[in-house]
Amino acid sequence: MKTTIAIIIFALIIIITILFFTLPLFSLLLRISPEDFIAAILDPDVNNAIMLSLITAAMATTIIVLLGTPIAYLNARYEYRGRNFVETLLDLPIVLPPSVAGLALLVLFGRRGLIGGFLNDIGITIIFTTFAVVLAQVFVAGPLYIRQAKTAFAMVDRVYENAARTLGAGPFVTFVKVTIPLAWTGLVSGVILGFARGIGEFGATIMVAGNLPGKTQTMPLAIYGMMQSDLTASIALSIVLIAMSCIILIIIRILSGRSS
Amino acid sequence: MLNATLIKKLRDFELDIDLSVNDGEVMVLLGENGSGKSTVLNLLSGLLVPDEGNIILNNIELFSSEKGIFVPPEERNIGYVFQNYALFPHMTVFDNISFGLRMRRIPKNQFNEEVDRFLEDLGIAHVKCERVTNLSGGQRQRVALARALIIRPHLLLLDEPLTALDQSAREKIRLELRTQLVNSNQPSILVTHSLKDARIIGDKVMMLEKGKVIWSGKASDLKSLSTIPDDSAVNFVSEEYISFSGIAID
Repeated sequence: MKTTIAIIIFALIIIITILFFTLPLFSLLLRISPEDFIAAILDPDVNNAIMLSLITAAMATTIIVLLGTPIAYLNARYEYRGRNFVETLLDLPIVLPPSVAGLALLVLFGRRGLIGGFLNDIGITIIFTTFAVVLAQVFVAGPLYIRQAKTAFAMVDRVYENAARTLGAGPFVTFVKVTIPLAWTGLVSGVILGFARGIGEFGATIMVAGNLPGKTQTMPLAIYGMMQSDLTASIALSIVLIAMSCIILIIIRILSGRSS
Repeated sequence: MLNATLIKKLRDFELDIDLSVNDGEVMVLLGENGSGKSTVLNLLSGLLVPDEGNIILNNIELFSSEKGIFVPPEERNIGYVFQNYALFPHMTVFDNISFGLRMRRIPKNQFNEEVDRFLEDLGIAHVKCERVTNLSGGQRQRVALARALIIRPHLLLLDEPLTALDQSAREKIRLELRTQLVNSNQPSILVTHSLKDARIIGDKVMMLEKGKVIWSGKASDLKSLSTIPDDSAVNFVSEEYISFSGIAID
């Protein structure tokens, strides 16, 4: 009898947990008809938000890969004084509240900021531009890629790099022909994670770039901005983001299955 | 011909060794795990930098602590067969073997024939397009050897090339390896912890313990323990070493 009750309680907890995490998402799907969804997606503002999100996240991901790969490799391969400190600093944006990240970027790149002030003097404004959206995404999503890439590089056995060197490949060619292909699955997972985080960025973006349709209004900002005036559009955008997240998770699962 | 003096402070001891190997000659470094054998190969190939000493290969100075010379590994033209072979797992047999030629910017139509010849000679032509992850131990060993030999190295280094093989494959490949090393006509240095490998494959043998040479002589002197030179101290050290250390007498 006691066992039966225990099993029932256990099953209930499981069901409640699953419902808690899935019901809100299904309620969005149930709230909109396919016709309304298509009509909403074709709305110019919604369309702009989707395009802007994809473009800025792609730009941010490119910058993240270019800036993050060398330091990920350095931290994976070399012991140096202060490495733990550098790693902790780079991890900070992952746990930092996005509003703090946004405020920090605003203070740095604002018209009176450390860099923003200088740029303002030579006629360049960053705040409230599309570039500010990209900056915010790089800041919050970069550390995710760097972490993942570091793990991927650390898992490549050094003996392959040594073999390439003795066969006549210099350090850079070895990196391109041997290290990157062997770390490839992990690196791609990192890129996808970074892209996903960039697409979903909200807090830092709204503080540093504002919510200007067609210029800085990405999908999460549009969902927030349209929520009161056009709920259908907000829901349609949310469904697009849910679909993207599902695809990203499936890709990462396939990749991690392949690497193991 | 190789002449080298290598001194390197390691964590537990200082490695200090003089080497001289002629073309077509096989020098065996014999010793238990952690005696510094593999470090010698890494120092010669340029993967590690000696603290002091020099390395002269075919009259070219590859390293000199005195003159501040250090030629990086990719410019030394030294073939290296790693323990467990270190074949690139993302490449086919063909791509592994031709890697060194591609790094030398030799056009594909020129090296195709060369790779085919090596594959034929080593009896692995049928696995040319296979991923190396699909190969048996013996096939991997041959691919690793082909990859190191095809660059026509001035020196060939082999780190425990037979330990990854099962007993029967080891017996067969041991003799093959001796023939290939002698025929390829460069100086070769083979690291092993097996007395039998040393006897059959080597011309000269150096026994290492904690980075120092404790015995050196002809491989033929290893044929039976009783023929190890009459020097009682060496004899004692060698016998004790063989009886109680990690050297395998298979």
